[in-house]
Amino acid sequence: MSTEEYALEHGLKKVGARPSLGQYVKDAIRRLDFAYTLASYTLEAGNAKSRLGSWWNVLLPTIQAATYGLIFGVILGDSKPNNFLPFLFTGVFLFSYIQGSFSNGAGAIISNNGLVKSLSFPRVLLPISIVISQTLTLLPQLAVLAVVLAFAPEQTITFGWLMVIPLVLLLVIFNLGLAMIMARVTVHVRDLNKLVPFISRILFYVSGVFFSVEKIFAADSIYAFLIKLNPIYDFLSLARGYLVTGHPLHVEDWIVVSAWSLGVFILGLIFFWSAEERYGREN
Amino acid sequence: MVAKTKQTENRVPVVVIDDARITYKVFASGRKASSKNSGGGLFSKKLKLQEVHAVKGVSFTVYEGESIGIIGSNGSGKSSLMSAMAGLTPLTGGAIYANARPNLLGVGGLLLPNLSGEKNILLGGLAMGFTKKQISAKVDEITAFAGLQDFVGLPMRTYSQGMSARLRFAIAASKNHDILIIDEALAVGDQEFRNRSEARMREMRENAGTVFLVSHSMKSIIDTCTRVIWIEKGELRMDGDPKKVTAAYNKFVGSTTID
Repeated sequence: MSTEEYALEHGLKKVGARPSLGQYVKDAIRRLDFAYTLASYTLEAGNAKSRLGSWWNVLLPTIQAATYGLIFGVILGDSKPNNFLPFLFTGVFLFSYIQGSFSNGAGAIISNNGLVKSLSFPRVLLPISIVISQTLTLLPQLAVLAVVLAFAPEQTITFGWLMVIPLVLLLVIFNLGLAMIMARVTVHVRDLNKLVPFISRILFYVSGVFFSVEKIFAADSIYAFLIKLNPIYDFLSLARGYLVTGHPLHVEDWIVVSAWSLGVFILGLIFFWSAEERYGREN
Repeated sequence: MVAKTKQTENRVPVVVIDDARITYKVFASGRKASSKNSGGGLFSKKLKLQEVHAVKGVSFTVYEGESIGIIGSNGSGKSSLMSAMAGLTPLTGGAIYANARPNLLGVGGLLLPNLSGEKNILLGGLAMGFTKKQISAKVDEITAFAGLQDFVGLPMRTYSQGMSARLRFAIAASKNHDILIIDEALAVGDQEFRNRSEARMREMRENAGTVFLVSHSMKSIIDTCTRVIWIEKGELRMDGDPKKVTAAYNKFVGSTTID
């Protein structure tokens, strides 16, 4: 009788073995409280040493959007998008939500080595906790956005604004997938973490955060085609369709963003789970 | 291994360690910083991916009702093996089987240094699987056990090493574990706290738990363990009666090293 048979015969289980995907998801859901608490505490700790504390979560993106507004407003001149301020604020806030999940997700495992090495819990709670804290940051920003939209000169208030709620829900799913993929990739190739800021920059420029693709490129140009393949552009464009008066709404984009969200989420979950037993090995 | 299991057929195994191996991969030159070859320009690729074999094939079986002492010099692989048993460090080879998830209580690793002790208690409790309600009800008890009533509102980075070790022990000890691994956690902390935690460990063992104690104090090993395993340079050196093994270890340490 081999040692393995002997152990299994006495009802022992292999330590650290990866549970089945279903069991894994169940375990993770049971401990979502941990992910949520970790997220809100990390947010709090991150701002603990500044006087304005958690107000920075709103102030920073607002200042950022205002700065872009000033600079790109001048640079783009006549080619800037119609209804520029609402266009820009919608773009910057939603983009920073995606970008934050992407780049902080990259550090979910490798920057939490202390937690990974001293406590055992489904590791997927770490990228989940990143997305929760990004979502908690987004909510007050949406309030700022509502104020900007309500007071901008060319805007009319419509019920369509409420469509942002299902859109943000899809973004949560999309971001979870992104964070899970990045969390595992950086564990294998630590060097990638150095490239994350540049990838974020490139995404910023190719997602139409501050410019209108139609105004800059001809409709049949290869650049317009490539940018429209980018799911982040689709998310922003759909949100603007509902929020920014005068921005064209393409209802068929819902299919595109739903497919991307589900696809990235499922891929991310399986990709992250299949290395569960290996997190914590590389020093 | 097979012969041994036959001989002890009627005993119930709790933990089976089968040829466990742990290798760390580290970027390092492996040379002394003072050696002639260690210099070189910014781009000279002197750092290689090196393998450090911390545990080189250890096997043993732990049966119900035993409490195991683990001894060995610094760097012998004890802590790596314990961390693997808790599922925190993945094995490179071999396997470890257990009848419940072993919990490791070690001295290393702060939880979140910028957060208060109280928030760390809540977070640690949630990670151990308590619900929010359960752990909130236990906060005062844990704080009192750690003796940190006056400091629980301060960020953990302001704690001394002894204080944070006490807090971690108190958090882990708030739950009854089937298998608990204590890795030198009792070496820090004052006498009063040590007495309190030894009493808690005994209580836990009486609740049908298996306790592994990693320690350099032969006295506490002999006092609390029924069997001792000596690991040296990643290999199992000796396994058996606490008095015999610790005597052999003392002789080894006294004659060959100054650990």
